[in-house]
Amino acid sequence: MIGELWESFTDALEGLGSVVHFLFRLVGNTPRVLLRFSLISQQIFNSGALSLIIIMLSGLFVGMVLGLQGFQLLQRFGSEEALGTAATIGLVKELGPVVTALLFAGRAGTALASELGLMRATDQLSAMEMMAVDPIQRVVVPRFLGGVIAMPLLAGIFSVIGIYGAQLVGVQIMGVDSGSFWSQMRSAVSLSDVTEGIVKSFVFGVACSLIAVYQGYYATPTAEGVGRATTTTVVTSAVVILFLDYLITAAFL
Amino acid sequence: MRKSRTLNLGTGSFVLLGFAALFFLTTQTTSHGLAVFGPAHYQVIAKFDNVGDLKVGAPVSMSGVEVGRVTKIDFDSNEYKAVVLLRLNERFNKIPTDSDASIYTQGLLGGKFIGLTAGGADTYLKDGSQIDFTQSAFVLENLIGQVLANFTKQKADEQAPARADPKATEKTK
Repeated sequence: MIGELWESFTDALEGLGSVVHFLFRLVGNTPRVLLRFSLISQQIFNSGALSLIIIMLSGLFVGMVLGLQGFQLLQRFGSEEALGTAATIGLVKELGPVVTALLFAGRAGTALASELGLMRATDQLSAMEMMAVDPIQRVVVPRFLGGVIAMPLLAGIFSVIGIYGAQLVGVQIMGVDSGSFWSQMRSAVSLSDVTEGIVKSFVFGVACSLIAVYQGYYATPTAEGVGRATTTTVVTSAVVILFLDYLITAAFL
Repeated sequence: MRKSRTLNLGTGSFVLLGFAALFFLTTQTTSHGLAVFGPAHYQVIAKFDNVGDLKVGAPVSMSGVEVGRVTKIDFDSNEYKAVVLLRLNERFNKIPTDSDASIYTQGLLGGKFIGLTAGGADTYLKDGSQIDFTQSAFVLENLIGQVLANFTKQKADEQAPARADPKATEKTK
């Protein structure tokens, strides 16, 4: 019983260690890959531009819900004008980075994991090694960097669309004064709030992309293995994102 | 060739949109504006007995017009006073040296801001000068405390003569 527990504990430690080792391998290969920017730019398109629709739609609806809920709550205290502040701080610091990262893990992370897993299952990665092409450099690092670059941009777009969603509901439908909506927001939101959001989304980008490429690269080369890698990517990403979110929030307080 | 062109176009417009969004967040949703290239300014200090809940970034206004912002609040342990650093826009460089600075509240329970009232001196504030005439923040708790103290004192005064009264009447007998 205790032996089993100990074994699963050492397994988890071993997994963590190999993820960190993999991260160092990716970072070590980054300078050489940066020279071939077209590879990265293609991956920014795959992870970023193709996730744009789902990010923008979710951002709009999250912002609209914030506008509606915030209005209902603030109206009880007679301070509807604070709606802009409430919605913006909520979006920029918390909802923007976290919801974007969760959607990113679902949209781009799974695509990365299953793509790499299938490459592994169909021996494409071994074939590259046979041709003296390093699959880490040619395939994995560009995907990782593409995700890392795309994530903060997506989170920024999410927050902006969300603010306009809140403005749409609050100002256009519920009749909050447009001037005080924006001016109260400007006087209450500080630059460190925005910085916190950007730092968060960058860290989430690294975490999500790393988990996705790691799971794909080391997937068991079977149909079942690829499926499991995809599932594990989403589950692990979600937990890690929320855990890191707490850590970064505490660090910025 | 055609395909890689549309691909690059897509990537390019995505990156542009992303940076535009981040730019919007830093400049339009915060009071920061483009302070990096912001207007020229000069700094003056003012010492207050009590700044209440004045915050860094609070506006400094003259006749209701914003002329600057609070950049730093510190405590002087020699004089036991709060030292407030004000950053004033260079455009408003004709503020007399004997002007006075008071801390006001926006609305009934709103944030604090500093209001400057012009004095009559011929010399003007410049970088590093100090505003000598200051008036502390109006702290609601102190006022409530005073009102309560007055109230209880009044009650005690009313009761004291009442208790003293019987003796007084006895004496007159």
